[in-house]
Amino acid sequence: MQDEPTPIELTKAVADFLRSDITPLISGHQAFKLRVAINILDLVTRQLTREEGSDAKEVERLRALLGLDGSIAELNRVLAERIARGEVDLATPGLAEHLWATTMDKLAVDQPNYASYKRELGRGG
Amino acid sequence: MIEAALSRSVQRWCKGATGATCAAKLSGGASQETWRFDISHPDGPIGAILRRSPKGYGAAPTRAAGLAAEAQLMQLAYEAGVPSPRVLHVLVPEDDLGTGFIMQRVEGETIARKILRDQEYAAARPRLARQIGGILAGLHRLPQDKLPALRSRGATQEIAEFERDYRSLNWPKPVFELALRWLRDHDPGPSVETTLVHGDFRNGNLIIGADGVRAVLDWELAHLGDPMEDLGWVCVNSWRFGEIDKPVGGFGSREELFAGYEASGRKVDPERVKFWEVMGTLRWGIMCGGMMQRFREGPDHSMERAMIGRRASETEIDLLRLLAPRGS
Repeated sequence: MQDEPTPIELTKAVADFLRSDITPLISGHQAFKLRVAINILDLVTRQLTREEGSDAKEVERLRALLGLDGSIAELNRVLAERIARGEVDLATPGLAEHLWATTMDKLAVDQPNYASYKRELGRGG
Repeated sequence: MIEAALSRSVQRWCKGATGATCAAKLSGGASQETWRFDISHPDGPIGAILRRSPKGYGAAPTRAAGLAAEAQLMQLAYEAGVPSPRVLHVLVPEDDLGTGFIMQRVEGETIARKILRDQEYAAARPRLARQIGGILAGLHRLPQDKLPALRSRGATQEIAEFERDYRSLNWPKPVFELALRWLRDHDPGPSVETTLVHGDFRNGNLIIGADGVRAVLDWELAHLGDPMEDLGWVCVNSWRFGEIDKPVGGFGSREELFAGYEASGRKVDPERVKFWEVMGTLRWGIMCGGMMQRFREGPDHSMERAMIGRRASETEIDLLRLLAPRGS
């Protein structure tokens, strides 16, 4: 077991430093790049916070949907292949729900301010 | 120095011009650059834009029409009354500026978020969806016998091409597979009519002023194909910049777009428009994947590129909203 602070706490500390102490000192294109850098650290923090939980649920859904076991990457590959071959489609019970849940979990990390995501979140996640 | 070369160039073809000043690079990749500069003239400075491939970068990427074709299309559009900058000069070897062209600078705003939020454009905004319909109708009516040589692409070929691009990324995405499946099942086949298609007509590629659209830019993806492609692409959610209930670039409704198009004497096929909107959403998603790949493997190891890779999920939620909408 590694010592603390956790990666989440460390990443957040760097993001906060850049945001509060460095942002006021920088302008122009470098300021734009700094904003991108801060956005990246915020994304990493969100992913570190949420990934374990959302991956576990995604694997559980994939196992039920596909009737087999494997890593999250393997299971996604199998699902992609089955959709491509037409063996699984929106009429398959659970597929739409699975894709929605998985996509919502991605947006929660990638872009929680995306308007489509906020709208769908308002429908109950 | 680019200003020296521009000075020599403008004095050759612009009557009365005495030189070029204030050259500044607006954007530039490895193969294509855009510069703004002023032509010094006794009647007052003339605002100009240079689009060029620097020397040694003649080859255009496969999907691009090339700068010479772009210049020709903008000039044709200008002559037909489609808002477009006037092309002032097509570069020749004596210019020593590479290949490309110089056009008149049109003042106005291209940054989508500003156009959608700033007070300055408040009066223009409600009219834009309809105006865009009329502009697209004019663009699709450009005389085909005067067009430069362009690639020809219909729905079936585009599906195959995007599928190949997607598979080459080796990036299995169930939502993209679902979209590809939907596209194959809904392939409308060849369009009744083949016209010029702009290929990247969207909020962000339009110069807009308080009076509305002043110029259509970025003709590099122009090709021959289904005119409904442009109507679908302008509606892709990624170009609504948050105004998701106004499909046409965040400005207005499809009905307004279609009315503007049909008022100019052309017919809309809403089913095809929907097909191209789904295609366009997937297209941008695959492009995000391409950015991720180039970030990983290519010379451009920039943070911006990396973050665009993480925007693919935005197109996944938009594809689900189009193909598997949930109850309201």
